Amino acid sequence: MTAEPTASPPKRKPRNFALLSNWAGAAFLTPAGILVSVFVIVPFFWIIFVSFTNRTLLGRTALNPEWVGLGNYLALFDPATFFQRGQFGFSLILTTQFVLASALLGQALLGLLLAWLIQTVPPAVKRITETFVIAAWILPEVVIGFAWFAFLDRDQGTLNMIIEGLGLPPGDFLLQQPFWVIVVFNTWRGAAFSMMLFSSAFSSIPPSYFQAADVAGASSWQKFRDIGLPLIRGHIVTDLILITMWTFNTFTPFLLTNGGPSYRTELVSIYNYRVAFQDFQFGKGAAVGVIMMLINLAFALIYLSIGRKKKVR
Amino acid sequence: MGLTIPAFVGRIAFSALAALIGVVFALPLLWFLFAPFNARAELGLAVPDPWTLSNFFTVFGNSYAVQALWNSFIQAIGGVILVGAVATLAAYALSRSSIPGKGAVTYILLLFSSVVSGSAAMVPIFLIISAAGLMDTHLAVILTFAGGLLPTAMFILRDFIDSIPKSYEESAMVAGASPVQAFFDVALPVIRPGIVVIVVWSFVNIWGSFLIPFILLRSDSNMPASVAIYSFYSEAGTPIVTLLAAYSLIYSLPVIALYLFVSWRFGFRFFGGIKA
Repeated sequence: MTAEPTASPPKRKPRNFALLSNWAGAAFLTPAGILVSVFVIVPFFWIIFVSFTNRTLLGRTALNPEWVGLGNYLALFDPATFFQRGQFGFSLILTTQFVLASALLGQALLGLLLAWLIQTVPPAVKRITETFVIAAWILPEVVIGFAWFAFLDRDQGTLNMIIEGLGLPPGDFLLQQPFWVIVVFNTWRGAAFSMMLFSSAFSSIPPSYFQAADVAGASSWQKFRDIGLPLIRGHIVTDLILITMWTFNTFTPFLLTNGGPSYRTELVSIYNYRVAFQDFQFGKGAAVGVIMMLINLAFALIYLSIGRKKKVR
Repeated sequence: MGLTIPAFVGRIAFSALAALIGVVFALPLLWFLFAPFNARAELGLAVPDPWTLSNFFTVFGNSYAVQALWNSFIQAIGGVILVGAVATLAAYALSRSSIPGKGAVTYILLLFSSVVSGSAAMVPIFLIISAAGLMDTHLAVILTFAGGLLPTAMFILRDFIDSIPKSYEESAMVAGASPVQAFFDVALPVIRPGIVVIVVWSFVNIWGSFLIPFILLRSDSNMPASVAIYSFYSEAGTPIVTLLAAYSLIYSLPVIALYLFVSWRFGFRFFGGIKA
């Protein structure tokens, strides 16, 4: 923000004269421009091109790929196999369920609940709870993957130890309920972001609103429903879009399940990896990537248009 | 205290619920508090008897594990230097020059950077690195991350620079400094806290990353610790749990340390808000 000179004569807005000449500015921008072009812009267009070829990682078509038109897309959307396990449609539906269950329901609701709870609890409880929720979010994904691998171990894992302690039969959850494992896993991993966003949103509400409600004898639920929730609506929309995009693109469940057993946790990101780097079909993998980017684009446009509206106001 | 009985009960219920959620979040990590210090650690939860550092000596005696940590360090530091320097220059230009089309460029970059995610763009990134002859090098990972992290880094820094009054540089220029001198001698020291944020954020992102090095690197001698840990526990046979537990802890330490640093210096909300 440029500070308005207070004693300025009534000319129009103080003109933003530039400190850097256009030449110097261009020079300063060049390195960033090159790096971003090569690793962000070029991939976007190159992937579209590759998706129309039958390029492979190895073999004859690695060097001389042939133009196959919409062949890769037709193969992805082939109605005969679309919904079968290990096919694109199955993976896409699985990812949709994963986003709905783990991001929109899991992370957002749990984050909202936590943000509301830690407003009122004693500082010691707040600090301990926050520490573990945030630890789940900041630790490197491979460490988290290994921690859950140990946690869920059939014979020795902490989870089965607790379940047996409660007198219930233990289970091999990675084999029996792999989808729900990655849903819980992703909820656990990402709830911290929603918690922190909502928590800072709640703390920006003037305390006098809540004090007035207290005087009127409102319960915590009433304060949440009638004051807290309406005032952080904008933050909730932001949060939902961001966590949807992140969850849609996440590769972390691969570290826990490898996409298995028998493709039951194969999200589109993992499907993309398998098609391109295990089956070596780059053309088909590129087509998957293009569809992922189109979905990302839709969410990004919604997000940016909301951000712009806010700025204009 | 003037609390009514229902309000008092309500507060206790709230605390109990918050504590319960905290415990549930802690459970998958509890194992990590004990296993690294237990010479006979297995996948089960057990209090070490006796507590020992022998697992850490095992890690430092394993040349592959040490090499992988060193590789993580090279890639993260290389990426951080590149992102820090390039983003600072670019953000300064976006804030202080009046190049036409700045706003549009900013908007397009922001859009692309959120659309081209690593898991969607793995095929073209692989092909670009391959075409550039950089396959299986540290530079491949460094450049890919620099390109991917730069847009966000530039926006954070530009906002930061926008909030600094121009009068600092203006007075330097009135005193006879050239624009470039004003940048290096006046603006840069003032921008430093913003650069620290970018540097920490990039470091944590590169250090913790798995997918990009996993597809761009082939040989063991270039693998970062993330890929090493994954191959330690995903390969057939029983993983060497003692080594892995201690190794994972060592690998997590820089991230934990940086988190503590940021929350001490800037308050933690900030860190949470910008982790991509």
